[in-house]
Amino acid sequence: MIHNTFFRRRRRSAAMIVALALPLLMAGWVGGAAAAPGAAARSGGSGLTPPTQNMKPQQSIGKGEGQLNLIAWEGYTQPEWVKPFEQQTGCQVNAKYAGSSSEMVSLMANGGGGQYDLVSASGDADLRLIYGGDVKPVNMKLIPSWQQLRPFLQSPDFNTINGVHYGVSLQFGPNDLLYSTKAFPKAPTSWSVIYSKKYAGKITIPNNPIQIADAALYLSAHERSLKITDPYELTQTQFNAAVNLLKEQRPLVKAYWSLASAEISLFENGETIVGAAWPYQTGQLKSAGAKVADTIPSEGATGWADSWLLATKAPHPNCAYKWMAYITTAKVQAEQAVSYGETPDNSLACPVMDKLSKGSCESLHANEPDVYFKTIKFWKTPLAQCDNGQNDCVPFQDWETAWTQITG
Amino acid sequence: MVREEAREGRESTGVARVSAALWRRAWLRAALTLSPPLAWFLVIYLASLIVMLVTAFWTVNPFTNNLEHQFTLSNFTALFDAPIPAIIGRTVLIAALVTVTDAFIALPFAYFMARIATPRVRNALFVAVLLPLWASYLARVYAWIIILTKDGTLDWTTQHLGLGSPNIAYTNLAMYIVFSYIWLPFMILPVYGALERIPDSFIEASADLGARNWRTLRSVVLPLALPGVVAGSIFTFSLTLGDYITPLLIGSGSGTNLIGNVIYDNIGLANNLPFAAALAFVPIVIMTVYLLVARALGAFEAM
Repeated sequence: MIHNTFFRRRRRSAAMIVALALPLLMAGWVGGAAAAPGAAARSGGSGLTPPTQNMKPQQSIGKGEGQLNLIAWEGYTQPEWVKPFEQQTGCQVNAKYAGSSSEMVSLMANGGGGQYDLVSASGDADLRLIYGGDVKPVNMKLIPSWQQLRPFLQSPDFNTINGVHYGVSLQFGPNDLLYSTKAFPKAPTSWSVIYSKKYAGKITIPNNPIQIADAALYLSAHERSLKITDPYELTQTQFNAAVNLLKEQRPLVKAYWSLASAEISLFENGETIVGAAWPYQTGQLKSAGAKVADTIPSEGATGWADSWLLATKAPHPNCAYKWMAYITTAKVQAEQAVSYGETPDNSLACPVMDKLSKGSCESLHANEPDVYFKTIKFWKTPLAQCDNGQNDCVPFQDWETAWTQITG
Repeated sequence: MVREEAREGRESTGVARVSAALWRRAWLRAALTLSPPLAWFLVIYLASLIVMLVTAFWTVNPFTNNLEHQFTLSNFTALFDAPIPAIIGRTVLIAALVTVTDAFIALPFAYFMARIATPRVRNALFVAVLLPLWASYLARVYAWIIILTKDGTLDWTTQHLGLGSPNIAYTNLAMYIVFSYIWLPFMILPVYGALERIPDSFIEASADLGARNWRTLRSVVLPLALPGVVAGSIFTFSLTLGDYITPLLIGSGSGTNLIGNVIYDNIGLANNLPFAAALAFVPIVIMTVYLLVARALGAFEAM
């Protein structure tokens, strides 16, 4: 939902663009209709618990069922690592690509409908799937390389609730600060540069309502009276402050980029010198010879993280476990990280990455210690109910409305 | 022999009766022939529109982000909240400017193609007009980014001519230019069709009656070309109203939202289908009004 094609999934962009709005609309409608009764039941408010919380996960991996049906982001099931998996396990991989997190949630309605086994969901869809009862608990003992994942990604709050895992973390990345080293000989230490009049007309930020969270994160450090603790759970006052900051920023913004390639050309031409970005852009720009670097400023950053979640009605659970065990190994993690341009969750992937593509480990920050990523607030869906059970948080539809006001 | 005849007779009674019945009832024949395409039209075209209409009256649950089937008009009242009216106005203005621009370019061009060019030249021009339609829309939009961007083709040219650097990328002006380019074939083709159909005898008759070139153009050619212009304008106008790729890639500066990309953002990002559906009705209403006005002005009479 939040990060879809236009905003991160560069490989999907062309396919997504030709897709007409209407099929999407209908798919969403059908999915929404199917999910509606549950929604009505849950709309009571506080004290949500995942419906599948008490389901007992399997204790061993049996013989493969010969098939594995995945819902994935395009680029997540490349032959490079799918072919060896099929040969090793005899599980034939059938992948369906989803265009957005919303589409993933629709496809996974009713526990995957007895059709799908796993979904490569992102942080903004995870909670909807978990609280919708569409995914079920996973036994981590059956996934040996889970131990090798960075500690903060072993049981993150976007796929693990009350100590119950609903899937295994996959890959992640920060939304970091990209800058021209010509304009900034020393790395900026604060996000304040993208709100500064000094760089008017030289700033670019993503065309994405989730940018409000970035503004909230900045305010959490600089306007302490607002008491912002979670940039995705904002009361109306906190939300308005973030929106106002972005409205003040508007005249300074050269362009709100929708495709990673758009930001790359903005920096290549020198049209912008500072902006919010992903490590992918930095890598591309550097390899094209542009004088740029990126950093996570002192306030921290927002970020995204994907997980493979197990469908409640998975028809091929043994193959699904084999896949989760395989996809988290250092080698496969490295392959996917380099292929897609994101950071692997497996802490041992770095040397393999450099073997595949020299310097990729550093440019994707796979070599950084956990502390470096401590400051990342991973994307999740802003809902009306805050973590403390209060119902005074601003839901995501309002974020979108406000974003249209901000960009005009 | 006799038996064979008898069988033929039986056969003919079966098939012949049906065919005779169909022959007598023309309406039945028409209904049977038309029902498959009609059913397709109903299911694909109208059903999706109806689904959209219905969705526009629903809401999204703020707790679960799921669609809720509860009747509300809030999505339509939200259309009047800032900045939506400004975005609608901007979209209509750009669509109108694009349509007028394309009409002015297409008329002389199509006239040359239809009435002056030799068949060889005409074929070459046809290919030239259609060629962009064979290339990916996205590739052409990207090409315009390269042209309009800082130190791009346009900047380079104007700088070497000593005209300074216009730097119009990511603005409404850039969108207007790109839309005018992208939709031009959709204006040229119908105008060409209209001009080609004008019999030479009309022009000769006009000359025989003493009209000079300008008068013939004004009183004979242009009125007969008008249905083509209107047909073309339906394309250029409605395509601009609905497009979301150009605003996202060519616009994307501040104050460059159009109806199309706001709908896209609400579907793709916010999962707010109801509001997207309500907003999608705006182009439909605008086009309906536009067509009614065009009809009232007699634009379809010569069609």
